[in-house]
Formats: sequence, C-alpha cells, structure tokens
Amino acid sequence: MKSEIVVETRNLSMHFGGVKAVDRVNFNLRENELRCLIGPNGAGKSTFFKCLTGQLAPTSGDVVIRDFNGTGRLPHQIARLGVGIKTQVPNVFDGLSVTENIWLAARRWHGAARARSLTSQTVERLKLGDIRADTVGQLAHGQRQWVELGMVVAAEPWLVLLDEPAAGMTHDEIERTVEIIREINQQSTMIVVEHDMQFIRMISSKVTVFHEGRILIEDTMDVVTADPRVREVYLGSGGS
Amino acid sequence: MDLVIALALQIVYGIASLVLISLGLAIIFGMMRVINLAHGEFLMLGGYTVVISTNQGVNIWFAMLVLAPLVVGIIGVLVERLLIQFLYGRMVDTLLATWGLSLLFVGLVTSIFGAQTATTISPPLGVIQIGDYSSSAYELFLIAVTVVLLLLVYAVLKLTKLGLVARATMQSDEMASALGVSTKRIYMITFGLGAAVSGLAGGLLAPVTGVLPSIGATYIAKAFITVISGGASILAGTTAASILLGGINGIMAFLTGPTLGEVALLAAAIILIRLLPTGITGRFFRKSL
Amino acid sequence: MSWTRENRWRAVLVLAGVIFTVAAPGVLELFTIINLSTVIALAILALSLGLIWGYGGILCFGQTAFFGIGAYAYTIAAINFGGSSWAVLIAILAAAVFAAVLGYFMFYGRVSDVYMAVITLTVTLILYSLLRRTSGPEYKIGDALLGGFNGVTSPPLNLPWAPYMPLFPEHVFYVGMAVLIIGYIICAWLIQTHFGRVSVAIRENELRAELIGYDTRFYKLAMFTIGGAIAGAGGIIFANGVGRVTPDIFNLYNSALAIIWVIVGGRGTLAGPVMGAFALFYLTSWLGTQGVVNNNLVLGLILIVFVLAVPRGLLPTFISWWDGARSRRAMQRRELKVRRKRSRRSSDQREVTHEK
Repeated sequence: MKSEIVVETRNLSMHFGGVKAVDRVNFNLRENELRCLIGPNGAGKSTFFKCLTGQLAPTSGDVVIRDFNGTGRLPHQIARLGVGIKTQVPNVFDGLSVTENIWLAARRWHGAARARSLTSQTVERLKLGDIRADTVGQLAHGQRQWVELGMVVAAEPWLVLLDEPAAGMTHDEIERTVEIIREINQQSTMIVVEHDMQFIRMISSKVTVFHEGRILIEDTMDVVTADPRVREVYLGSGGS
Repeated sequence: MDLVIALALQIVYGIASLVLISLGLAIIFGMMRVINLAHGEFLMLGGYTVVISTNQGVNIWFAMLVLAPLVVGIIGVLVERLLIQFLYGRMVDTLLATWGLSLLFVGLVTSIFGAQTATTISPPLGVIQIGDYSSSAYELFLIAVTVVLLLLVYAVLKLTKLGLVARATMQSDEMASALGVSTKRIYMITFGLGAAVSGLAGGLLAPVTGVLPSIGATYIAKAFITVISGGASILAGTTAASILLGGINGIMAFLTGPTLGEVALLAAAIILIRLLPTGITGRFFRKSL
Repeated sequence: MSWTRENRWRAVLVLAGVIFTVAAPGVLELFTIINLSTVIALAILALSLGLIWGYGGILCFGQTAFFGIGAYAYTIAAINFGGSSWAVLIAILAAAVFAAVLGYFMFYGRVSDVYMAVITLTVTLILYSLLRRTSGPEYKIGDALLGGFNGVTSPPLNLPWAPYMPLFPEHVFYVGMAVLIIGYIICAWLIQTHFGRVSVAIRENELRAELIGYDTRFYKLAMFTIGGAIAGAGGIIFANGVGRVTPDIFNLYNSALAIIWVIVGGRGTLAGPVMGAFALFYLTSWLGTQGVVNNNLVLGLILIVFVLAVPRGLLPTFISWWDGARSRRAMQRRELKVRRKRSRRSSDQREVTHEK
C-alpha cells in the first residue's frame, strides 16, 4: 500500500533572465519518505529547494504541500504548515546561545512550559549539552550546523527540508549527522539536498538526480549510480 | 500658449535641478554601493568655492565650471583615502561615518565663514521674455548644462577604459579583480568623480540659492528620494526618477502651490518605493547605465 | 522577569533614577531642574532608538520624526482641548500611527536596512521643510496656528483631574523622570518577553527567524510602532520643557544627535543611549559656553571616531572590559593560591632537606 503524496510540484520552473535554473519539474514525495536530491553544481537542485521553501517565487508552475498551494508563499508561511527548513549556509542566530536558538524555534509553536521542555529534549537529542550556554557565533562550523538542525527538530515538523546538511563537516561529524537524519526520519518526511555521494550512500534512500534544471532519473542509489547517463553528467564531470 | 511654454519650462527646470543635485550621489551609489550622507555638504562646498572665488575676482564661469568640481573632486579623493576605504563592505558603518563627515564639514565651514549666508552672487545672464511671462536665462543655461553633463557621464561610462572597468566593478568586485584591475584605484577615482559632479552642481546652483553652511540639508532629502526611486542604474535611474518626481512636483506646485507640490513628490516617492523596492531601474531598463 | 545579573543592574539603575528624582529638586537650582526636563525628553528619545536599533536591529535615522510629531500633536491638541489629558493620548497615538504607516511601507515593502535609514531620514527632513512653510494664517488646525519656523507655544501639562491648574515648570521634571523610568522598565521587560527575544533573533538573522515560522515583517512593524510611541511620549516632555515646538525639532542636526547618543552609549543596551544623551547634552552645552569650537564639528568627529575605533559604544565596551578584568583578577587569585601552595610545598621540602 502506497502512502499519500505530501509534496508535489507541477511544471515548476524558475528562470533567471535567460537561464532556466529549474525547468518544468514534476516531483512527488510520499509520506515518511526520505528523499535525496543530487546533481552536479548548477543542476538546479538548490534553486528547486528555494522554490519549495519560499525563498524564491517560481516563474511558473505550482508547489503543493499536503492540500496547501505553497507557490510563491513566504518562508514563514511555508514553515507554518509544519515544515522544518535548513539552508545551505548555516543560518543561525550568531549572537545568541545554543539554548536560546533552539528555544526560539520551539516557542513559535508551543507555550512557555512546553517550549522549555522541548528545548532541553532537543539539546539532549542532538548531544549539544556541553555547549548549550555557548554563543553560537563562536562554535565550529559542524556544531553550528547541528544547532540549525536542532532548531528544525525543535519545531516538531512533519516535513523536513535540508540543504547540504553535511557541507564542510569532518568524517566523524558526517556520521553523527547521518544518525540524526535517520532519527528525524522516524517521525518526519524528508528531503535532503546533497552532492556528497558517500553521504547519500550512508543515508541509503531513494534519490532524485537533477541535471540542467530537470529530473534526470529517480531511483535507488544503486540503480542511479549504475545508470550511464548519471555517470556521464555527474560522475564523469568530475563530481565527487 | 505662453503660459504653457512658461509652465513647461518651469517643470523641465525642476527636473533638471533634481538631476543636478542627485547625479553625484547616484554615481557613488551606483558604482560603489556607498550611500554618501555627506553628499549635501559636497554641494555646499561647491557653492562656497564659487561664491568665495568670485568675490576674490575670479571669473564666475571659470569658478562654476572648473574650480568648483576641481576643489570638491580633490576633497572627495581625500575623503575616500582617509575614511571610506576603511569601510568597504560595511554599508551601515559607511552611512554613519559619512554622516559624521557631513557634520564635520558643516562645523568647519561655520567656523571659518560664519553661520550666515556668505556674500551672495547674482545669477548671470539676466531675464528672457516669453510673451507675458519672464523666465531667467540662467535657468535655461542650467537645463542645457544638465543635458551636457548627462551626455558626458554617458560617454565616460560607455567609451573610456575607466568606464568599462567601472562597469565591470559594478557587476562584481571579483570579476574586476580577476581582470587584474585595481579596484582600489577605481573606487578612489569614482568617488572623486562623484564628488566633482556634486561640486559642479553645488557651484551652478549657488547663484540661485545662495550659500549657507547648512544648505546641504535642503538638497539631501530630494537627492536621496531621486536616487532610491531611480534604483541602481546611474543615468537611467536618476533621469527616470527625476522626470517622474520633478514632473509630479511641478504640476502639483502649479495647481496648488509649492507646499503641496512637495507633499505630492514625497507621496509619489513612497508609493514608488513600496511598489518597486529596488527602484525604477531595479524593475525596468535593467541593462541600462 | 528573573533576577539575572542584567536585571540586578537594571534594578540598581531604576533605584538610582528614583532617588535622583526625589533628591534633585532639593539640591539643584530651579534653573537646572527646568533645563533637565529638556534633557530627560532627549533621553526618552534615545531610549526609544536604543530599543528599536539596538534590540530590533531597525536602522532608523529619523527617530526624531516621531519625537517631533508627538510634540506637535500634543501642542495642537492641548490648544484645542484646553487640557492636557487628551492631548497626551493623542500625541502618543499620533506618533505610533505615523510610525506604523511608515513602517508598513518599509517592512512590507522589504526595503533593505540601508534604504530604511535613508527613507526615515528623508521623511524627517521633509517634515522639517513642510512645517517651515506653514507660516501663513491659513495653516491652522482648529485654534492652533502652526506658525512656520517660529513654531507654536505649547500649553503646559496639567493633572488629569485639574484641567485648569497647569503644572509648574519644575514639576515637569517629575513627570519627565517618571516617563523615563517607566519607559525604561517597559523596554527592559519587553526585550525579555517572547516578542522581544524574537525581535533580537530577527536582528541576528532575519531569514532564520522566517524559516522557523515567524512573520518578521509583523515583528519589526510592532517594534517600530512601540519605538515611535515612546519617542512621541518624549516629544510631549520636550514640548513642556522648552515651552514651544518649532520645525527645528525635525532638522538634520537633531536626527544626527539621536544616532550619536546610541552609537556612543552602545547598541544592545538600554542604559547606554540614555547616558549618551545626558553626556552629549552637557558636553555640547559646555562647548557652547566656551565658544571655541563648533558643535557640529565636535559631533562629527565623535561619530567618525566611534564608528572607526569604538563601534560597539562605551557601555558594552566597558562591560566586556570589566568582565575581562574580573575574570583576569579571578585567574590571578587562583594562580596566586597555587603559587603559594607550591612555594609552601617547596619550602616544606627545603626544610626537609635541611633536616637531612
């Protein structure tokens, strides 16, 4: 039995001047799925991600999240649907502490008491206890990424969208991040944009390959890596 | 008929003076993304240069067309070297520092020449008659100078090597440095040129408005409105915004008096910015200079 | 509000303010007290800008617009109604509504912060030039003649239950201090509420605040409106302190002053801007009596020096220096203890060797 489709794009296009960064993409995501979007640089996956999260208003086409038409909505309106978003460059509140960062996300949806307990739960869950009082701006890159993940998780979203969650991480940090992602996936549907093939292998999920603004192929990692077209555009072009 | 001509002339003069007081600001903003809050004081310094040198016996045309831009241009280069260059990429700090500079200039000029109007000079060229209406020939001259100035800036941007490099720098800093261009020098020259244009404008307007240490404040609001409404393109933006705002101001001023003319200008600018936050050229004529 | 270290200091400041309010009229001359009302009004303006810029991250170069609108609205309403109670409400409301309308255009138009600075400054300067032109007899609102650059005489405040008993100038001092202290407490409370913490978060990273679901436009607008209302309240005190309101309230010099108070006192503190307003007022009036250097010149230099050399402002710099010094002292004490222990141990050893 297949579960319900929760994210759908219909003929989604995003043009910058003459450049078709995303070109008539039809994309479906089912409930509880963990989907990776991959593709070489400039394939359009990040632009596609930004259209989903309201950071960009698409040139044409529709984004439908559950029954809600999310086309051209603002990020906070998308977030209000219960969508947690992590951007490519860590977007955190640099001047505030780790707890304060996570509390702000929890408090958006819950009363004071529940937000406090949710915050400490999240700090535990992501093993941020040692640095909970530190100012986020002074943390290492990988830790900042986790704080951002913490903010995503603390809101208890049913849909989680992550853009390159492992960028700039050491191997150990990547392993930890994979664990976190698997754990989040227990309760939430997920889309992860990534170009690190090893990372995707570790998550081992269904993969959508972007190329020149379109979907090239959509299948499991094994099938995708065996596909000659993928080898040509992705692996052949010097990608990792 | 005479009334229409006189009115049209008045509106065109309003537009031209908007261009004149905004162009220097637009050059510095368009090319360097620096909003110069001391812009009004550059105009003021141009005015003082003209008034003082004319009173010393210098030919007024020479003072307006050569001395004013030269003196203020040099001041601009000095300002860039001594202050602005330390603040590139920090837009808010640049705003604050140039505001400090603005106060500093007002204070300096007041200390040297006093807070009152310096001995004024009367506009040259006398009056021309249009039927029953009279118009100052000097206003016609200013319109002509504005057109020539716009053509000149266009030529510099389009035809010279400096213009090419400046346009590349406008597109992206990295591209320019990849081309092996010293963006440092370009920024210095650009700031100097912007200041020189402001000095010229201040000098040309001095016979009409007189000079005061605090006269910069009366220019700066209009210059900001014009540049922001115009957007990033120096020539197209400034011209388009000046025509729109100057036109609205002129027509409303004719119909209801100067106070409501200013209100109309402000209202038009606010609505424009609400509709087009990146200015007219942020939406239209994007490829223009 | 929990008793964090910041709040303990805030309580100390409030207490100092209350003591000053009670004690000052007995100690200082009447002239000084009357003069103080004006400074207090400016300090309230500084507080409002310290709130929206230092905590809300809203770069407003025209905070004096709301201050001036408060002063004008109070004066005009007081002339028309004959008592000050309605006038006070109308003045605060007028400043808040003006801030809300202006803020709506800027925040919902997604204007960048640099543009916002320029727009707010421009609006202030336009108010200045508009009001200067209102000298004719046709420019009147009810019974109040606007009077062009000469301005309007402001009727004095009165107690709500005694509309025909105006307060004496020295009593305005009490009202001013009360507004300043209450305003300070409101601001200190506000920045610790959920609303205030979200505003600080938006200052830190607007996109992240949106991504976790906050409508940042609304928060900024609310913050800006509150700041406008507080500045408007300051304007009422100003009109009473000076006894007259003129278009000069909107001039470029005053807008610059407000910015300089906050820069000098420090962004991200509430007490800093207030202290900055007091300090610079007395500095400039002292310079005025000396008559050697021009005020503009000094203020310009101060602004440039602070932007280049002390960008965080005095109070935050002092606090981090103090904290640093304290932890250094603590470390020294610890080292001293260790060293003493060590030296004791080595002297013990020496004794031991002696015994050998």
